[in-house]
Amino acid sequence: MRVGRFRFSLVTLFLWLLGGAIIAFALYGSFLTLVEGRIQGNQWQNLIVAGIALGSVYALIALGYTLVYGILFMINFAHGEVFMWGAFTAFFAASALNDAGMMEANPILAFFLVLATAMLVSMVVAIMLERIAYRPLRGAPRLVPLITAIGASLFLQYTARGFYGSGVRAYPDYNLFDGVLTFGPITMSVKQGVVIFAALGLMIGLYLFINRTRTGRAMRAVSEDKDVAAMMGIDVNRIIVTTFAIGGLLAGAAGILYTLIFNQVLFFMGFLPGIKAFTAAVLGGIGNVIGAALGGLILGVVEQLGPNLFLSGYGIPSPNQLKDVIAFTVLVLVLIFRPSGLLGRKENT
Amino acid sequence: MAPLTRRAIVAGIAGGVAAVHVSLVGMVGTFQTRELISGIVTIGTVLPMLIALLVGWYAGRTPKTSSEVSTPSRILLHGAIAGLIVGVSLAVLAFIVDTFSLNWILVNARPQLAALLRFGQDPVVGSLLLVGGFTLLGMAGATLHLLPLTIARAISIGLIVTVIASLMEPFVAAVLRNIGLRFLEELLYTRGGLTLPGFIIVFALVTGLAYAWATRGSRVRARTATWPDDRRRTAKIVVYLATIGLLLLLPQIVGSRLSEVIGTVGLYVLLGLGLNIVVGFAGLLDLGYVAFFAVGAYTTALFTSPASPVFTPELPFWGALPFVIMAAALIGLAVGAPVLRLRGDYLAIVTLGFGEIAREIFKSAWAQPVTGGAQGILSIPEPLPFTRDPQSIYYPILFFCILAAIGATTLATSRVGRAWNAMREDESVAEATGVNTVKYKLLAFGLGAAFGCLAGAFFAGKIGVVFPDSFNILVSINALALIILGGMGNIAGVVLGAFVLVGLPELLREFAEYRLLIYGAVLVAMMLLRPEGLLPSRARRAELHERADDDEEIYAQEAGEETGRPVVSS
Repeated sequence: MRVGRFRFSLVTLFLWLLGGAIIAFALYGSFLTLVEGRIQGNQWQNLIVAGIALGSVYALIALGYTLVYGILFMINFAHGEVFMWGAFTAFFAASALNDAGMMEANPILAFFLVLATAMLVSMVVAIMLERIAYRPLRGAPRLVPLITAIGASLFLQYTARGFYGSGVRAYPDYNLFDGVLTFGPITMSVKQGVVIFAALGLMIGLYLFINRTRTGRAMRAVSEDKDVAAMMGIDVNRIIVTTFAIGGLLAGAAGILYTLIFNQVLFFMGFLPGIKAFTAAVLGGIGNVIGAALGGLILGVVEQLGPNLFLSGYGIPSPNQLKDVIAFTVLVLVLIFRPSGLLGRKENT
Repeated sequence: MAPLTRRAIVAGIAGGVAAVHVSLVGMVGTFQTRELISGIVTIGTVLPMLIALLVGWYAGRTPKTSSEVSTPSRILLHGAIAGLIVGVSLAVLAFIVDTFSLNWILVNARPQLAALLRFGQDPVVGSLLLVGGFTLLGMAGATLHLLPLTIARAISIGLIVTVIASLMEPFVAAVLRNIGLRFLEELLYTRGGLTLPGFIIVFALVTGLAYAWATRGSRVRARTATWPDDRRRTAKIVVYLATIGLLLLLPQIVGSRLSEVIGTVGLYVLLGLGLNIVVGFAGLLDLGYVAFFAVGAYTTALFTSPASPVFTPELPFWGALPFVIMAAALIGLAVGAPVLRLRGDYLAIVTLGFGEIAREIFKSAWAQPVTGGAQGILSIPEPLPFTRDPQSIYYPILFFCILAAIGATTLATSRVGRAWNAMREDESVAEATGVNTVKYKLLAFGLGAAFGCLAGAFFAGKIGVVFPDSFNILVSINALALIILGGMGNIAGVVLGAFVLVGLPELLREFAEYRLLIYGAVLVAMMLLRPEGLLPSRARRAELHERADDDEEIYAQEAGEETGRPVVSS
């Protein structure tokens, strides 16, 4: 809702005070942490690298939100579940390949096979979601597709629970990406390197696809104006399906990268990353592709670094329990001070 | 291929997918413990059969827009095709499950499942039985179109009610026992389901009644319509009094164990009424409603429990209620203010975030000195002196539910309600016509918070302890699902929704595992088929069918139903 330029109400005042207080709290906490030297040399670097790795996963999921939002102006609430299905598929594909002995014989090919399977399954889930749950409701009041999305999300989650069981399934260690990478002063584990570079590669691919191909151009046209695009001979339905498919592919990739970091799958695993990726998309400016990537990275780093930097200075016990709180607080702050996000257009608020 | 045949094939495939889904998710196996007819057939076995029946019915239907002529033989053929496809899908599933060991992926893909699907026969005979039986079921579903509409409807209603009556065995049996109809209970029910005579009696009775209503009902309605006003008012008052009397006697009728369930339903009615103000009236989709519930429960706990270190001396339960209301106002503002400028979908996720923040903070080691961390707070005093008996705790909950229902109805028809309506329809226009949206949004959140906190307080008083993990996202989803199923913006809908979505699963413990799966399916299906809910408010229905292509249909329908009253939204 855009409010007149000079309407400075009590509510605005309250919000600014609230936001200011949160920021002051974080800054003073960081000051205390730094003065007391609670984070030392290597820790900084480890936290930031871990944050970037996690952030690249968020970014991949966030791209799915942003792409769909850019075209349909709806939040695909079930996107976190698409990600979860990718992760499960990756788990089973990896186990099957391991039983067949391929993990030992040709690890790189095996990794790409697992990646491809996970991406494919996520893509199919995303397309079916669009076809069954969202397409019949296009043009309905806003709340309707949103509630459908919540329902679809529950359905996908608990279908996975019924199919695959309710327990955590831990990845066996395949010794696939052991070791350490060094880039000048920066060191990271090979796993983190794989996550970061795979995500980077996918994002560059997406950028090129949107800006250089015919379909990408059609996607941009549809997101500008569906009706005009249709008049120019673009098959809008096909473009929408393509968008969901791309979002699904990226979420599937995110699924396997996430399991590389955390080594386990669970039917409930899509929920929090889904919301955080949404936060990342809002942070970057929803509808904006580069913004989603940027938002994901920032959120990942804040989440990893935040508890130690902002909170440990106050002597708060086990600050890492509060990392989700920090992520959501970031969301609230963005919405107070810059609802259009970092790179978003003003109209998008 | 004729379009209708294609439609039958598509329906069959969809039904096949659904039947395979139901089997693999484990419902078929789990519900073997629940008998539909004692010793003859279980719910688990019937579940895929119902799908075949439904699919056959759908495939046999000739849409009004179709130009094809449907002869009885074609209708039966289409039903048979659809049923056949469902049967073949299940037979293939059974074969795959038997042949390959998929158990390490799909936990339910075990030989037991295959045996169940084949009715315990050996593979060849069982598969043939499965395919043949399901084809017949599909045809049976299609047969409904060949019967006169009144009979077909009566039979469907009879079937549905009988299945429900069987599922509700613990509830109905307890009621029959408590009102002194023990002989009836022994005749109709055994442990876990209906007896064969019970099945026949219930089915015949319900079908007969439904048929009688279908043929004579319009005459009865016509007669009551000509009643003079004062007589109609008396009738209304009698109905209200009877309802209240029934509600007051309910705990005695259903007994102690089920009173517990009804108390929980009451809490969810309260939650639903509150969420209904925020979502149904004001149109602000709040997915973090559990935050209010949690704050209410924790406030009560902090002020009353001797186990909490803060706020000594301890207050009695009712002494804490004013503080609960104050906390509600605060949390309503704290949640409402930051999201004032947000549109529907943003709002949903931000409030979802708030709900999670609340739980994480209550749970964290940081807040442990106050909230007890993951251990929660114990020994909260009971609302009524010295008793936590579910039969008596029901009454204060009922009292507040009625109070809340009256309050919500009054609000809905007042100036405030109209302002909310306007805001929900179009925020910019509402603002332009002088509705102070900031004020009314905050009011909605404040009232919603008050109801939620009240429910939380009674939750704490009812079970006597609070744990952070009781306040997870599922509470919000529960509350949302029940107002959507019942009908958004309508109070009777909230009550119905709470009974169906909260009461039923409490009775059917086997369902617990599939509760959220079913919720998800219900949410999607409701939005696709009947977005206004089971008992919609009229305004809401008109609003949700605003889409141009639906306009004519709904107006025609409305005009028919409302006997010419003009269609205006209140």
